[in-house]
Amino acid sequence: MSIQHYQSIFGNAATEVRQFNTLFVIFLVVCAVMYVAVIAFLIAGIARRRRAAEANTVEEGRHHESDPAMRTGLIAWGAVVGTGLVALAIASFVADRSMANAAAHEKLSITVTGNQWWWDVQYNAADNSKMVRTANELHLPVGVPVRIMLKSNDVIHSFWVPSLAGKQDLIPGRDTDITITPQKVGIYRGQCAEYCGAEHAKMALVVDVDSYPDFIKWWQHQLQTAPKPTTPLALAGYNYVTSRNCSACHAIAGTPASATVGPDLTHLASRRTLAASMPMSEGNLYGWVADPQSIKPGTKMPTIGLEPNELHAVVAYLETLK
Amino acid sequence: MSSRFRASLALLAVATLALAACDREERHSRAKPMGETVPAGTSPDTIWPGGTVPQTLDPRAKLYDNNAPAISQGQSLYSQMNCGGCHSHGGGGMGPALMDDEWRYGGRIDQIATSIAEGRPNGMPSWRSKLTEDQIWQLAAYVRSMSGQPSKDAVNSRADAMSATAPQTLTPRETVQTSDTAEQ
Amino acid sequence: MTELERVRAEDQRLAKERQRIARDGPKLTGAKLEARLERTWRRPPGILGWLATVDHKEIGRRYIITALLFLALGGMLSLAMRLQLAQPDSNLISPQRYNELFTMHGSTMMFLFAVPVMEGVAVFIIPLMLGTRSTAFPRLNAFSYYMYLFGGLLLWVAFLLNIGPDIGWFAYTPLSGPQFSPGKRADIWAQMITFTEVSALAAAVVLICTILKARAPGMTLARMPLFAWAMLVVAVMIVFSMPSIALCSGMLISDRLVGTQFYNHYEHGDALLWQHLFWFFGHPEVYIIFLPATGFVSVITETFCRRPIFAYPVVVLALISTGILAFGLWVHHMFATGLPRVGYSFYTSASMTVAIPTGLQIFCWLATMWDGRPRFQVPMLYVVGFIVTFVIGGLSGVIIASVPLDLQLHDTYFIVAHFHYVLIGGAVFPLLGILTYWFPKITGRMMSETLGKIGFWMLFLGFQLAFFPMHFAGLLGMPRRVYTYPAGLGLELPNLLSTIGAFVVATAVGLFVVNGLYSLYRGAIAPPNPWEASTLEWATTSPPPPYNFAHVPVVDSKTPLWDAEGELPVVTGLRVDEKETLLTTVVAASPDLREPVPAASLWPLILSIAVAVFFISSIFSPWAVLFGSIPCAIAAAAWFWPKELNRNPEPVIT
Repeated sequence: MSIQHYQSIFGNAATEVRQFNTLFVIFLVVCAVMYVAVIAFLIAGIARRRRAAEANTVEEGRHHESDPAMRTGLIAWGAVVGTGLVALAIASFVADRSMANAAAHEKLSITVTGNQWWWDVQYNAADNSKMVRTANELHLPVGVPVRIMLKSNDVIHSFWVPSLAGKQDLIPGRDTDITITPQKVGIYRGQCAEYCGAEHAKMALVVDVDSYPDFIKWWQHQLQTAPKPTTPLALAGYNYVTSRNCSACHAIAGTPASATVGPDLTHLASRRTLAASMPMSEGNLYGWVADPQSIKPGTKMPTIGLEPNELHAVVAYLETLK
Repeated sequence: MSSRFRASLALLAVATLALAACDREERHSRAKPMGETVPAGTSPDTIWPGGTVPQTLDPRAKLYDNNAPAISQGQSLYSQMNCGGCHSHGGGGMGPALMDDEWRYGGRIDQIATSIAEGRPNGMPSWRSKLTEDQIWQLAAYVRSMSGQPSKDAVNSRADAMSATAPQTLTPRETVQTSDTAEQ
Repeated sequence: MTELERVRAEDQRLAKERQRIARDGPKLTGAKLEARLERTWRRPPGILGWLATVDHKEIGRRYIITALLFLALGGMLSLAMRLQLAQPDSNLISPQRYNELFTMHGSTMMFLFAVPVMEGVAVFIIPLMLGTRSTAFPRLNAFSYYMYLFGGLLLWVAFLLNIGPDIGWFAYTPLSGPQFSPGKRADIWAQMITFTEVSALAAAVVLICTILKARAPGMTLARMPLFAWAMLVVAVMIVFSMPSIALCSGMLISDRLVGTQFYNHYEHGDALLWQHLFWFFGHPEVYIIFLPATGFVSVITETFCRRPIFAYPVVVLALISTGILAFGLWVHHMFATGLPRVGYSFYTSASMTVAIPTGLQIFCWLATMWDGRPRFQVPMLYVVGFIVTFVIGGLSGVIIASVPLDLQLHDTYFIVAHFHYVLIGGAVFPLLGILTYWFPKITGRMMSETLGKIGFWMLFLGFQLAFFPMHFAGLLGMPRRVYTYPAGLGLELPNLLSTIGAFVVATAVGLFVVNGLYSLYRGAIAPPNPWEASTLEWATTSPPPPYNFAHVPVVDSKTPLWDAEGELPVVTGLRVDEKETLLTTVVAASPDLREPVPAASLWPLILSIAVAVFFISSIFSPWAVLFGSIPCAIAAAAWFWPKELNRNPEPVIT
């Protein structure tokens, strides 16, 4: 399955970033004009030297005098720069206030907890039986404001999906939040944007923006417990996963495995990415389960040293967790 | 000494130093899976059959015993695997205290690793099927730090958690004594 | 005899003794004077004399050479990083090693190159530019160099021993705290900070006192060269900002060593405390690096445009206001941390306001070019390169001063592009220009103009190739401090271009070094004033004798060498049998005191060794704080022990 890796800042796919492109262009234009003015003045100064007689230099004995136009120029320059910066500051403030005020009346609440180096995603609901826990992936309905509460279990991370919103840090001991109202159906990629240790580079997340009915369908599916294994190989895998190392850290709803140290695996095979960095595929699953330390050195998931038949069984079972 | 000789001598010294890179900080993330290699039933010294022949130290001991990343990882595992549920932060509760000088089943790192892997009578579960050898040895390294055994350079002073014990870097080193299991 | 008569007789006896002291003046001048002064002022021979020197020119040279060495080392690290990033999903360098590389690159460049090289150039040239024989507190000057050297060695030896830091150059907690950075790596980083910050504070004290008290008579504050103004502002900024980072790194070491809770939120500490304290230092730090470079640009522009800088008072006020405003911006590094959003707008405005004085300075330089007759020799080329490059960086800074824009661009390669544009364009270009400009004064030879021009164009074009694509990488979503990136995001091309550009930049810097080394032995011999410049450092030989000036010059304009008819006027009367300098009043620079200058001394080195042992051992044990302070106290006492002067007291000049 291929993913559209869409991580551009100009993605413009949510209300909160609607103003970004316009503001950026305003800034770029004003700054470009200022730059052109500086370069033009520079070139004029370089080119002017040909008119030697007008120079106020020590050779002419006039080095204590200045061209009177320069005094006017200084004041004008100061005024232009000042006005330009004031205008930019006002534009920025206006955009900022309107983005902040848009962050209201959220209809959906998600808690994202940052860990080294994965995202723990929990969909909150007033009725606890409707809560969903997943990892490294969000599904959002288009047009609905979503408030994402941000917490951290260890160090400072930063939640950043460029096409949907600016970044917000996840700081242990502080509760921050971010509101996103996606406007375009699609798949968007984000990454942790605050250095958080060895595998900071491989802490990506995927946001899947669906139509509202598709989103509800996804949610209903997430509420289901893991299916019982049907083939003998998957059953062997189920036995291993729920009684051996995997269950020390992972949870699979509907099975004895219920630890919350690592990501929830209930619907692992239906996610788009694995280990917050790789596309989900059978090959990647084999590689990750067999030896996570060679793919993401330093990750908290240990290399267990599975026997080949154990590996086949485990992967066969994990693939049933759609 | 000519200045060139002095320069090459300095270079040699630096090169030698570089080769003797500090193992205390080496993060062994590519620890090979070692399978079931912690010997079963390793007994503490007092009940060694045939006399008090000291057992040779497992070669893995020096990879973990004074290794800062291992001790730190063990600290995380200690809270994640809920060791504190029985042992608290080393003060004991349902389980024996880990920060004192009494070790029922031996206080060497390989003996502690065996205790974790095998489980022990009266309630210590066996973790062999749940944790890899690497993780067990990391936990053992951390457990030793609770009684101040490793070098103070290798331990974390505290976790980012509520303060429950004195900082590990200021914990005095307890002598390792075996306690008689019959008296428990 | 009555009391009064006895006192009068004593006075007369002393006055007769004073008549016999040899002083420079009409009776002792020319070659005879120079020989006497040389004997008095040269340092003791041999290795001990070399270690004990208090000559600001030797100390300044050491600073510059050491800083350039660290530039080379830090540059090599960046080449390794660029090789890793040239391709997506690359396996060239492991993540742990890469994290150490960018930590070392940032820390080396910021703490071991950028600030010390500015200090070094200032320490060398300021007394010459101000027309005096020595800095204030020369032994403190020597001490500051040794502290810097030991701090740099600590960091690099640790890196080579594989216990170097891997927490980023700004080491945010809790990542740098005891739980998430096991071992001593972070402590070594934090203690390197302590070394370099003590060194910078010492150098700042030396510079402030020299600039305020040791100027040539007649050099009022209004006639002081702009570089001296820049260094005065920078030194005051150092005094106010360095304690903040000393505090936060000290608190980090304390958390890590003895389990204090400064950054542990479970015990009512705060992870953000680190960020506030660090950036309260960190933002002025970048102006500490930039303002001396503006001084360089003023110096070069004045000489090569053949006229003083336009609107001198405006430039001075711009320097001062930049220095003050720089302290009110630090939260713009923290826009993503969830502090109250309305408060952020204040910092947006402050960040934009600080661009105004800099913009005015740029106008003044361009007006000087307009009004003068620019000669485009190598130093002036670097000034033009500075204008073209730094302004891009300044404007990208204006972009990221805006909160909504920064929330997207923060911690991306856009920021990396921005700060390299302002640091390399804004500080390294002027630095290379000023090293070319003052090379004849420092070494007595001219650098090769041809090699210099080739090096400049290579550096300028290579720099644009290396860093302009990083803007795009950031806009396409590439975060900072990542050891690799996935294919398919459009990041391959910008990264590849940056890698190629990085190697061009490295070659250009290498060419500059080759030029320097070659010219040291084969360059054209330099006359006292090869550039026909206007300031006092060109009034003495190239290189200057240990005593700088045979007679203390007097100035009555901003451009003394251009306005003096024939020889510069001088004041006479300083002793030649002992090291002595003339101190002047702060504003009007009228002669005030004859100040004895300390002889060469090993105590600065000994104290810095004692302090180094103290700092390094306190990484490992808190007892070192107690026991390590004893040798420090002894060495300090020996250094400050009052010296019996064999001289009779002279009346103060009124």
